Amino acid sequence: MLVLEGVHTHIGQYHILQGVDFAVPRGGLTMLLGRNGAGKTTCLRTIMGLWRASRGSIHFNGKDITRLQTPDLARRGVAYVPENMGIFAGLTVRENMLLAARSGPPDEVRLDWIFGLFPAMKKFWNGVAGNLSGGQKQMLAICRAIVEPRALILVDEPSKGLAPAIIANMIEAFRELKRTDTTLLVVEQNFHFARALGDNVAVMDAGRIVHSGRMDALAADEALQTRLLGLSLESHQ
Amino acid sequence: MSADTTVIAKQRIDWVPVALVLGVIVIALPFIPSLPTWVTLTVAGLAMGMMIFIMASGLTLVFGLMDVMNFAHGAFISVGAYGAVTVLLAMKPAMQSASMLENLSAMLPAMLAAIVLAGALGWFFERVVIRPVYGDHLKQILVTMGGLIVCEQLIHVVWGAESIAVPRPANFSGALTFGDVAVERYRIFAVLLGLAVFLAMWLVLNRTRVGLLVRAGVENPEMVEALGYRIRRLFVGVFVAGSGLAGLGGVIWAMYQEAVNAQMGMQVMVLIFIVIIIGGLGSVGGCFAGALLVGLLANYTGYVLPKLALGSNILLMVLILLWRPRGLYPVGKA
Repeated sequence: MLVLEGVHTHIGQYHILQGVDFAVPRGGLTMLLGRNGAGKTTCLRTIMGLWRASRGSIHFNGKDITRLQTPDLARRGVAYVPENMGIFAGLTVRENMLLAARSGPPDEVRLDWIFGLFPAMKKFWNGVAGNLSGGQKQMLAICRAIVEPRALILVDEPSKGLAPAIIANMIEAFRELKRTDTTLLVVEQNFHFARALGDNVAVMDAGRIVHSGRMDALAADEALQTRLLGLSLESHQ
Repeated sequence: MSADTTVIAKQRIDWVPVALVLGVIVIALPFIPSLPTWVTLTVAGLAMGMMIFIMASGLTLVFGLMDVMNFAHGAFISVGAYGAVTVLLAMKPAMQSASMLENLSAMLPAMLAAIVLAGALGWFFERVVIRPVYGDHLKQILVTMGGLIVCEQLIHVVWGAESIAVPRPANFSGALTFGDVAVERYRIFAVLLGLAVFLAMWLVLNRTRVGLLVRAGVENPEMVEALGYRIRRLFVGVFVAGSGLAGLGGVIWAMYQEAVNAQMGMQVMVLIFIVIIIGGLGSVGGCFAGALLVGLLANYTGYVLPKLALGSNILLMVLILLWRPRGLYPVGKA
């Protein structure tokens, strides 16, 4: 569904992505792992068109999207949840959702499904988004991405800074999402979260993909985890 | 913190700045020797504030939405005023008529001319002058200041270097008297027009999808793009609308001053910048409250302590920023 070939990204004088090659298959959830500074967030932002690839190509559903503007990409069915969640703090939860539903007011059935995943959003529907807790903001960010069916959702560190109970809620929600037709590419540092959800995995280091394959294979290979991520799965639990 | 026990505040209006405006009005009362003078000064201050609000409201959105420092906003005020004055002078008999309808038949086309001319100039500026310098404040200041100067010189070329007297419509001249209190009719008109503009802007920003996009764009333009909206197109629309409002403010200000000159926009820009800074960059409500505070304070200090009048607004800005460093109604920028 999504293919990156030799993607390079420069930010100012810094050469962040140095030839990224990987593919995200249709359906399921692909985890993008790596140490801090490996280039994971830059990779998502480059896919989304928020930073321009200086070299290489990105294809989505067979079409070259390397030079597409961010709004055009969003209109092709790609949703993005940034690391800082990108919530409009001065708007209500309802207004945040209304903006994300580009084709008109959100569908009631879909809204009920979303409220089933994240009941807090129904409760705080008319509350100001800036007053939500960190976990609730993350829920809102995900709700916004799924308010309408999307072909591909890019999520940057959804578990970052969240309490274990909220992470458990998030894992359940992502499992439910995986049952739909949506493809997900998730950047994560929490290996426990990644193992619980990932079907496929790509690991980045120093601006390149250094490993890609099945998530269960990586989860079963402690030596590989230690080599790629610096820590074994057990140390994350 | 459990989601079930958390209480999330619904959208509420922060009434403190509103109380501040009312407080300034009340506090001024003991310093003014007579009640009629206080009423006159208060209406004059409100009228001045409303006119500044009309001129400044577009600039605060441009500032908030795209972080553009546009000193050429003063040119939109001047050009709008000159365009309208051209219409007004051509319709002088209608302006001097005792019929309110005839007065309005001259004023409305003049105001429309100001909005269209200033809006068109704003569109041209955005495309030619500002677009190449997005994200570079220093260059923005330089090119927009340059643009302002060029516009002033072009006004000299087209309309001449001398000030032009601007007639006030007959029905908007003179004062209404209530006992000992005399209130200029034109000031009442300015207050009503300012309120109408504020109400219209509030409705657009809070009751329409475009308004929702503008409010979201002021907070986080990148995320608005990631949701599939072309922020640049939205920005051009806001820029043109803001320029048009500057033109409208220009003609109202010109009729208030009963004269236009090429520098009028530049002269009022200091007040406009004070207003949008104390209001909170990008906040229309803050701009409104800030403009009223500036207008009221300028009139009260001009009467009580004339030597302090010039510095009073700077002092006001300093005090407000010490109290609320991001302005009266801060906009949560991402």
